Amino acid sequence: MTAIDLKDLTISYSSVPVVHGANFSVADGESFALVGESGSGKSTILKAISGLNDEWTGEIKLFGEKIDPKNRTDISRITQMVFQDPYGSLHPRKTVDTILNEPLAIHGIKDDGTRVLEMLSAVGLDKRYRFRYPHQMSGGQRQRVAIARALMIKPKLLLLDEPTSALDVSVQAEILNLLKKLRKEQNLTFLLVTHDLPVASFLCDRLAVMKGGEIVEIASREQMTKGELKAEYSNELLGVHAQKLGA
Amino acid sequence: MSEKLLEVQDLRVTFPTHRGDIDVVKGISFDLGRERLAIVGESGSGKSMTGRSILRLIRSPGRVTATKLKFDNIDLLDQSEKQMRALRGARISMVMQDPKYSLNPVLTIGEQIGEALRTHQNLPRKQVHDRVIDMLDQVRINDPDRVAKLYPHEVSGGMGQRIMIAMMLIPEPDLLIADEPTSALDVSVQAQVLDLIDGLIQQKGMGLIIISHDLNLVANYADRVLVMNAGEIVEECDASALKDAQHPYTKGLLAAVPRIDETREELPTLDRSQWDAT
Repeated sequence: MTAIDLKDLTISYSSVPVVHGANFSVADGESFALVGESGSGKSTILKAISGLNDEWTGEIKLFGEKIDPKNRTDISRITQMVFQDPYGSLHPRKTVDTILNEPLAIHGIKDDGTRVLEMLSAVGLDKRYRFRYPHQMSGGQRQRVAIARALMIKPKLLLLDEPTSALDVSVQAEILNLLKKLRKEQNLTFLLVTHDLPVASFLCDRLAVMKGGEIVEIASREQMTKGELKAEYSNELLGVHAQKLGA
Repeated sequence: MSEKLLEVQDLRVTFPTHRGDIDVVKGISFDLGRERLAIVGESGSGKSMTGRSILRLIRSPGRVTATKLKFDNIDLLDQSEKQMRALRGARISMVMQDPKYSLNPVLTIGEQIGEALRTHQNLPRKQVHDRVIDMLDQVRINDPDRVAKLYPHEVSGGMGQRIMIAMMLIPEPDLLIADEPTSALDVSVQAQVLDLIDGLIQQKGMGLIIISHDLNLVANYADRVLVMNAGEIVEECDASALKDAQHPYTKGLLAAVPRIDETREELPTLDRSQWDAT
């Protein structure tokens, strides 16, 4: 079964097309990365899938179901999103407990609080964090809360928009390990947006390289690690990383 | 590198809190010649505070103390605010992280680069204009005449950062402090901007302090590296010897970065109880 199936997806902002005819499909349980520079349209695709932008034409299928851009309450229960900036994506005046209960309330799920405790322990946070406010936590802890919130309603697909680029390298390593562990435990499908090829290499099975709103190449992780990417632009991106590591 | 451009001894930055004073920089010492020094560390390690304290940009209630803080034999702690203002920009300048917030949105690029020059030198308008165009050309901006008339929101992030560099280098300072100069930029642009800083530094024979959280990046663009953690320098080494770093913190940082040919199932994380500083 395919988790995501995109056909000729063209996405616009105020009638200006920014993604031109994107096609790819992601299998259930697969981890797929969209990589590219700022402005290449990778986050735009994520926004269209998550429903934050409904100005698109073409076809988006999630788990076999076609998405209607105007009516998507049923589909939002199986997809959740984690944003880049843990400082901006949590409500500053709400406790972790309130933040985590919100998705349950929205989807009308009754729960006696066990789910909150379950998710806190799944993301490696002690239960004493349950009644803290975001400002009482570090960036890494906040990102854990954001991940816990995304997992509260047991989604099947997780959309990750640069989930670690605002974090320190040592914290990034913790969050990447956590995401990898959760995917295995809960059999999730990941669609990851990143500009960091090594992060994609650690977390994903396949990747699509984007440039100027178009998908230049779709390749497997092995092809990338062996340096067998075909498109010139992909190798340019890869070369930048090799240089950065001082090879 | 016999001539010492900057001498720092026992530098402390202190902030008062409800529970007493807290040192965010705990008495660090280092010297700088006309060379490239990198200060590396994670958020909260005090690396930016160190950079800012050299320019005396720590605002009250923060306090800066040191037994010695000398730039080109000028005691920075002894200078009045007015004297400091004459130093900032003209002798020591600083490139900040994010061009989006650091450029003035209501001045054109040409006006603000010109302003940086006019603040320190009295020059005729024509000459200022020529220097601005020349400087934009040096930071490899195509068509500098057109770009000088643009506003900051009309340029890309990489271009904005090059404009910042142009602005910082136009008064020809002796020391450039670059605080995370590329972390707001795309990977492909990062290398360009660093190459550019590097080229200009070498050409003008200036000193450079580059502050960053990215160990691998820094290794290529510095001669020496100071690794900071919790306000202290935990390790000092040549950039080329970074791979053989000894301190567990440095090693941990290096190991936590995912590699392009990643084979590890799990990334090693820092065991923060290993050293008692945090």
